Amino acid sequence: MNGPLGDEALRDLTPQVLGVLVRRGADFATAEDAVQEALIEAVRRRDAPGAAAPADPKGWLVTVAWRKFVDARRAASSRAQREIRVSLEPPPGPTEQADDTLLLLSRCCHPALTPASSVALTLRAVGGLTTAQIARAFLVPEATMAQRISRAKRTVAGERFGEPGEVRAVLRVLYLVFNEGFTGSPADGVDLAEEAIRLARQLVAAVPDDAEAAGLLALMLLHHARRAARTGPGGALVPLDEQDRSRWDTTTIAEGVAVLQRALARDRLGPYQVQAAIAALHDDAPSADETDWPQILEWYDELARLEPRNPVVALNRAVAVGHVDGPLAGLRLVEALAPDLPRRDAAAAYLHERAGNLDEAARRYAVAADAATSAAERTHLTRQGARVRQRAG
Amino acid sequence: MAKYLLLKHYRGIPEPVPGTDVSMDRWTPDEVSEHIAFMDRVIDDLKDRGEFVDAQALSPRGEFVRYDGEGRPPVTDGPFAETKDLIAGWMVIDVDSQERAYEAAAHLSSAPGPGGRPLHEWIEVRPFLTDASEVTG
Repeated sequence: MNGPLGDEALRDLTPQVLGVLVRRGADFATAEDAVQEALIEAVRRRDAPGAAAPADPKGWLVTVAWRKFVDARRAASSRAQREIRVSLEPPPGPTEQADDTLLLLSRCCHPALTPASSVALTLRAVGGLTTAQIARAFLVPEATMAQRISRAKRTVAGERFGEPGEVRAVLRVLYLVFNEGFTGSPADGVDLAEEAIRLARQLVAAVPDDAEAAGLLALMLLHHARRAARTGPGGALVPLDEQDRSRWDTTTIAEGVAVLQRALARDRLGPYQVQAAIAALHDDAPSADETDWPQILEWYDELARLEPRNPVVALNRAVAVGHVDGPLAGLRLVEALAPDLPRRDAAAAYLHERAGNLDEAARRYAVAADAATSAAERTHLTRQGARVRQRAG
Repeated sequence: MAKYLLLKHYRGIPEPVPGTDVSMDRWTPDEVSEHIAFMDRVIDDLKDRGEFVDAQALSPRGEFVRYDGEGRPPVTDGPFAETKDLIAGWMVIDVDSQERAYEAAAHLSSAPGPGGRPLHEWIEVRPFLTDASEVTG
């Protein structure tokens, strides 16, 4: 459904409408419910026979949402046997043009919330998804997701709604949303990877000077561009060096590179920009053999300086070292890392195979498969182990 | 967020805490009711926290079944009265951390038994393999 009241358009309006209500003095939790109800009513009207789209969808949504808000407050007031304090007529609001995206996003990604609560609340309050859609995307009952969202709203209910919070907290949550949609298939029309990109675009528009927000958007685009090549028949994982690069989306890569270049020009380097730069170098190589590993390693050195205590960075850097200085050099670094670090054995297996230690590579692939946290990864590592064992003869 | 299976076993668990190993058919009716009510509260609490996914109980009666070749009926074996491991039921929860999963399992394990004392029952906790895998490289 396209047009002024298409699903996309409605969802783009969600944070704007919610922002208007909150700026008019509505409390966040009730206002958020009211906006959801207004969205549902908009869809119902739109799909009714002979329906005419309102000339001003945003104004229409604000009016309906405000009415829903007033109804909810009245019901709450009469339940509490208290005087009705809310008037039907909305008070004259401040400029409707104010961009509340950052304000709302940072509220939803408040540090007092757990990551899962932040993700759910962000997808509903800013993303405009329904509770049912979010529940299906995360494979939990709808009642559970509804409870998670309402608890999250209660947690942040007492927070003042004025100054936007930290952009970094928002970036972390959007990154989580993207990761959820990275290999999973779109559930029930909800594509979490694309949703994360849409929200990141809104964030970048709200904070155009934030180099890391742009860095995260670039990182998402540069990974998302490889999506079609990333899974084979039956959803099997296809590793980067075996992907059919002709299936990469060059338009998305070009956009990601452009976003990244503008971010880097601000000269405020951060981890998302560095990871995007690494992704861009991979995307730029016509074949796996033509990958510019020396330059990738330089970026990993940078990332290790920015995040010296991040063992995942150290592990990925070790693999890059394996490509530049030889697999044994990489292995020395890998083996120095904590034995329970996820993917350590998979990296060791990969480097051992490159070094020609096929028996050890097969053994490490088996250990890695046993410790894998995703079914697709376990299948992939099991198959890698079987392949190496066949090579060993 | 990660899903965990909390498995209750009839048998096949580590050594029970001394004094708690009294078969349920020797409890008083009130003790049984208290135990069931506690289980319902555990589920309500998980629902309230937005962590509940599923809870099911299994009959102890069951058989092993396998394929026996094209056109042949399935082969069955059992039931085995003395099977070492027997699963009684499960809960599936969706929680933020392994620590929280263990906390929920320990809460489940504190269900009252004879005399209203906690059963200290062993709960097997198994993480689900996920669909998602992280962005790397």
